[in-house]
Amino acid sequence: MKDVLRGKLVRLSAFDPEEMSKAFARWHRNSEYQRLLNASARRLLSSKAELKWMEEEASEMSPGGYFFSIRTLEKDMLIGEIGLDVVDWSGRDAFVGLGIGETDYWSKGYGTDAMNMLLRFAFTEINLKRITLTVFEYNPRAIRSYEKVGFRHEGRKRLLLNREGRRWDELYMGILREEWLELNS
Amino acid sequence: MLDIQSQLFESADLRLGPIDHEKDPQVESQWTHDSDFMRLMETNPARPLSAAMIKKQYEKLEKQIEEDKNLFHFMIHSRADDRLIGKAMIQWIEWTNSNGWIRLGIGAAEDRRKGFGTQALQMLLRFAFAELNLFRVTAMVPEYNDGAIALLRKFGFVQEVCRRSALERDGRRWDLYVFGLLNEEWRSRSRAQEER
Amino acid sequence: MRDLFRGELVRLTLEEPETRARAEVQWQRDTEFHRLADGDPALLNSERKIKEWFEKQAEEGFKPDRYSFSVRTLEEDRYIGFLGLWVDLIHSEAWVGIGIGEREFWSRGYGTDMMKLCQQYVFAELCMERLSLGLHEYNARALRSYEKCGFRLEGRTRQEVMREGRRTDVLWMGILREEWLQMQNGDGK
Repeated sequence: MKDVLRGKLVRLSAFDPEEMSKAFARWHRNSEYQRLLNASARRLLSSKAELKWMEEEASEMSPGGYFFSIRTLEKDMLIGEIGLDVVDWSGRDAFVGLGIGETDYWSKGYGTDAMNMLLRFAFTEINLKRITLTVFEYNPRAIRSYEKVGFRHEGRKRLLLNREGRRWDELYMGILREEWLELNS
Repeated sequence: MLDIQSQLFESADLRLGPIDHEKDPQVESQWTHDSDFMRLMETNPARPLSAAMIKKQYEKLEKQIEEDKNLFHFMIHSRADDRLIGKAMIQWIEWTNSNGWIRLGIGAAEDRRKGFGTQALQMLLRFAFAELNLFRVTAMVPEYNDGAIALLRKFGFVQEVCRRSALERDGRRWDLYVFGLLNEEWRSRSRAQEER
Repeated sequence: MRDLFRGELVRLTLEEPETRARAEVQWQRDTEFHRLADGDPALLNSERKIKEWFEKQAEEGFKPDRYSFSVRTLEEDRYIGFLGLWVDLIHSEAWVGIGIGEREFWSRGYGTDMMKLCQQYVFAELCMERLSLGLHEYNARALRSYEKCGFRLEGRTRQEVMREGRRTDVLWMGILREEWLQMQNGDGK
């Protein structure tokens, strides 16, 4: 069987609340990173506050929530996080969220590899039927990356975001199990 | 004569032992990051866990053993270097019916195909049949787990049920086999082997 | 679309914890009922304890891996039994546990009607791939009913249960989605 945790550049690893809360506090100081990731007004949280959130939310271990840290294969460096959250078991659809906190690893294929691994996990280990994500229209790098792994544009929430004096759309993208299996057979 | 001398927890190369809360979490954490191992060991989706998370699981496990009194858990070590190489358990024991389910896994691929599985299963079955006095034990394995199927057959397990298309993984559905072994079957096999 | 909760003889509902407990405390007295339904030792629980257990279940609210139904007859609205589903979300498999506590309704097609509603719910509403169940080898009535519903015998765990000094097998049965769909088409529904 194909390896469901190890990709070409990265591997999906444990999401340890202690380790990730410290990493988050570090990464979230980068306002560019925060603005690419989040829609609401950004705050800075201490690693203790992040830890509290993580221990409550992310370590639930329900059959619908899976969170991973992303580590490089070459140096085993922690560079980001990715997770899926099943919204609807009858439709077998999950939302996925990805963030590469280490900016040195942007635009080099790491995010794309992590997302593809997550899709492999979603479609061949959790057996979901579709994956949805949202991305801001001012994040062309991410949009291209998602298109590369097979996500299709499904719609947009027009003028949802308000930043730097103008309004922006939030894009909805989705990929179906059959589509991904076909691309990766 | 009653044999009270043969060691329940030692074989030629292996030793069964309790959980080491300091050393074991790191090793077991590595196993959970191994896609192949997780797919052989678990029908639940693979979930990589950190050493800290494994440590918490061990605490829950020991509490469960204490409260439910229907579970026995063993860590498997190689005697040569005292390395943790796997785990084994007898679970879901129904005392009134005298039956239980067994599970066994050797964590690292390099440690498999060395006869460790055979030695571990030998000890596990002796514990189940000669110490817990169970009437029968049951095991469930996916059809793709050739190693486990061969090992169970070696010990005389009979394939009793084929749960068709019960497991979905890697883009297709698989059958789950249920194997059973009765105490009297194990006993006559062991006697036959001793007589050789 | 078809009515999910109404069959030909029964309907599925969910009674209040108090009602369920009152019925269970009566049904648990019946040794034959218990020994057909379960493999664990017969217990006599207090009505209060049973009610608390059902109240706790109700408090937990909706869980996508657990479904509980009470069964009432269509004719006289008698509360006669229960139907429980445990769902493995990952592998799309459901396990069913079903029982008729009121003896006068045994061998009259009520169980089969309940199981048909169950299959409909599992395949047409929950969209599962597989429905599984277990039963005692000495429960011939249930075996006939389940076979009528299209379940296939997939094996037996030998001598798994011991009662009255004798050992008996547990039978394992399953029906796949395609098989159920074929049965539906065959019926011309």
